Amino acid sequence: MTQLGDDSVWMSGNEAIALAAYEAGVKVASGYPGTPSTEILENLSRYEGVYTEWAPNEKVGLEVAIGASFAGVRALATMKHVGLNVAADPLFTASYTGVRGGLVVIVADDPEMHSSQNEQDSRNYAFAAKLPMLEPSDPAEAKELLKLAFAISEEFDTPVLFRTTTRIAHVKGVVTKGEKLSSSVSPGIEKMPAKFVMLPGNARNRRVVVEERMRRLREMVETAPYNLVEAGDTRRGFITSSVSYLYVKEAFPEATVLKLGMCWPLPEQKIRDFAKSVDQLVIVEELDPFLELHIKAMGIACHGKDLIPNQGELNTAIVRKSVDPTFAPELFAPVALPMRPPNMCAGCPHRGIFYNLSRMKLFVSGDIGCYTLGFLPPLSAMDSCVCMGASVGIAHGMAKALGAEAKGKIVSVIGDSTFIHSGLSGLINTVYNGSSSLLIILDNRITAMTGQQNNPASGCNIKGEAANAIDLEALCRAVGVRHVEVVNPHDIKACRQVLERALERDEASVVIARAPCVLLPEMKKAKHIPFNTRLASCTGCMACVKLGCPAISWNPVTPQKAKALGYKEKQKGFALINEVQCNGCGQCQALCKFDAIVGQEA
Amino acid sequence: MGAQGNILFSGVGGQGILLASEIMAYALLAAGYDAKKSEVHGMAQRGGSVTAQLRYGDKVYSPLIEPGRADIQVAFEMMEAVRYLPYLHKNSTVIVNTQKILPPSVATGQTSYPADVLDHITALGIKVVLVDAFDLAREVGEVRTANVVMVGAVSTFLPMDASVYEGIISARVPAKFRDVNLKAFAAGRKVSQG
Repeated sequence: MTQLGDDSVWMSGNEAIALAAYEAGVKVASGYPGTPSTEILENLSRYEGVYTEWAPNEKVGLEVAIGASFAGVRALATMKHVGLNVAADPLFTASYTGVRGGLVVIVADDPEMHSSQNEQDSRNYAFAAKLPMLEPSDPAEAKELLKLAFAISEEFDTPVLFRTTTRIAHVKGVVTKGEKLSSSVSPGIEKMPAKFVMLPGNARNRRVVVEERMRRLREMVETAPYNLVEAGDTRRGFITSSVSYLYVKEAFPEATVLKLGMCWPLPEQKIRDFAKSVDQLVIVEELDPFLELHIKAMGIACHGKDLIPNQGELNTAIVRKSVDPTFAPELFAPVALPMRPPNMCAGCPHRGIFYNLSRMKLFVSGDIGCYTLGFLPPLSAMDSCVCMGASVGIAHGMAKALGAEAKGKIVSVIGDSTFIHSGLSGLINTVYNGSSSLLIILDNRITAMTGQQNNPASGCNIKGEAANAIDLEALCRAVGVRHVEVVNPHDIKACRQVLERALERDEASVVIARAPCVLLPEMKKAKHIPFNTRLASCTGCMACVKLGCPAISWNPVTPQKAKALGYKEKQKGFALINEVQCNGCGQCQALCKFDAIVGQEA
Repeated sequence: MGAQGNILFSGVGGQGILLASEIMAYALLAAGYDAKKSEVHGMAQRGGSVTAQLRYGDKVYSPLIEPGRADIQVAFEMMEAVRYLPYLHKNSTVIVNTQKILPPSVATGQTSYPADVLDHITALGIKVVLVDAFDLAREVGEVRTANVVMVGAVSTFLPMDASVYEGIISARVPAKFRDVNLKAFAAGRKVSQG
């Protein structure tokens, strides 16, 4: 955040949402990190008077927020789109209980899958769970709409869904600070069993309340200021929401637009009136034809996904070209270049494990985190990755399907935070139903991929203060795993022995590969002794290069140059370690058979 | 409508693109423009190809630059200057840090770094300004200021005075790194002033 004028600040959508939550008087906020939602709670944790926490998963996060709402305070739960799948169970029933203090659930979608395993459209949850959903288009609007969301929640006795996308969450813009609001609800313990205890008898009554609430909301949205008709050329009118609105404004600045700040429920009369006012109606939205389907269900003729792509994110050029195929700007042709995919960091502890796995002819059932990068060459040591926690169940399922044939051939790999998120129940199943699959927990003490958030195994809370730390070994033993070993993943040879021994067992076993993430502040501050290549000894065998460490590069040489360097003529090149990038993990040194890699002291 | 423009930052995750684009954004805001900036977080930051897109004008709607409409590209690595060619137009200016960072396929010997890679841009008649930001940063005493060298180099292509940037840099960086960053800014500025 940067102060510009008295009330103006330059901030990202996620920072603006945190500011709005603070200004709305939120007292309790919980969530699980997930790109592009993570920075909301990180920023909110720095405001006074708001309790924030990282929950072990999104379901718990939402349940915490529901509890806070039941206690009469304003509460927030944050997650990415796939996190809402995890939290869907409490969400659908919280729709019935309603709230006491305002309750908002923020879900950040990731069209284009910049950092996700799928690109689901969370607006479908609003329809399915019978909840209102607000959709801002940029940081400034996000801030205003989130404050309104709490008022709507309390007025209509409903959780409110609030959807952003990557291009709102991680876009910076100018935002105006506002006044601090408070709830009119009194905090305290109120016993309201007919509202809070969702047994069939009560739930049937609340089911009626839900329909009545949606009817009142449908009435309200007809005149809501965030569902706005912008006058313009009526030959072609657009209905749009979220960031798509911005693309429409740039692609067709003259056209009339109905901009929806709430995508569910829809203002049917307003939409009918708008449709009548234009010659041609085009619905512009990212991902699913959500608005389009519901508008077509009203019996209104319109264009939508017949023109606009239903995959990936949109932009101004795509919107312009989809609606006007004659638009074909002359662009410079792209140049074919080597790809530059992301890579595990120099000194990443995960690399040591994946190096071993890449050489053990195993099926590696992977999971969600930095270590998913173990899939990429040169290690290419991951064979499946579905969702948070899935690695464990998938390995067990494969083991059961294949029986003796699979023995010693299947391993699952999961990070510490992902294991706590939803891998533990899979491990309980593996033990209870008896398969011999091996689980490797990559314990780097942090939730790394989303930017180093603490988790229940880190020993610190969201603010970095000391907290209880889960003992992962004790936890695995407690669910019945008899063989739990801890290894240092940087020690490649010792790891290999432990892994081979574990794969021979006829029962479930766990190997915890423990070494801290190199991006942790204490690791960045620590003095590393970088390694370098003793060039005279390098034989060009490429053993170190095959680690895929960004600090190690292969330098090809011609036979003449090889000779000039004192190598055999047939030596194809030599490896070089970039001392600035090297974090001194020593994995490469262990692989060098020619003593060509030495610590800088030597 | 007053002046407007699009600045595309490209490079490799970890090169300090976000800070450089922030300084540029503040300078444009200080000059009274509206602005929006789009960033990429998460997985791509781990050494992958990254961009930041900064747009300014009287009123900015979309946070994304359209292909063919980037007026200035600030590239922190040579190959990453060429990767985004479809975003440029014939009057674009490309400011390139002449550093090479090997992608995994090159570092592991599977393929080679394209020779004379910037020829792809100059061949189209696009103006290219070469900045040895890494060396200049080392000369001022802190290799990690290469991103601020790049800010200095791009600053001469925008209407704001040097003092605007200097004020922002002073306010943004910790006190003990202030002088070295101001020197880095001046060094970059000198390159593009010729």
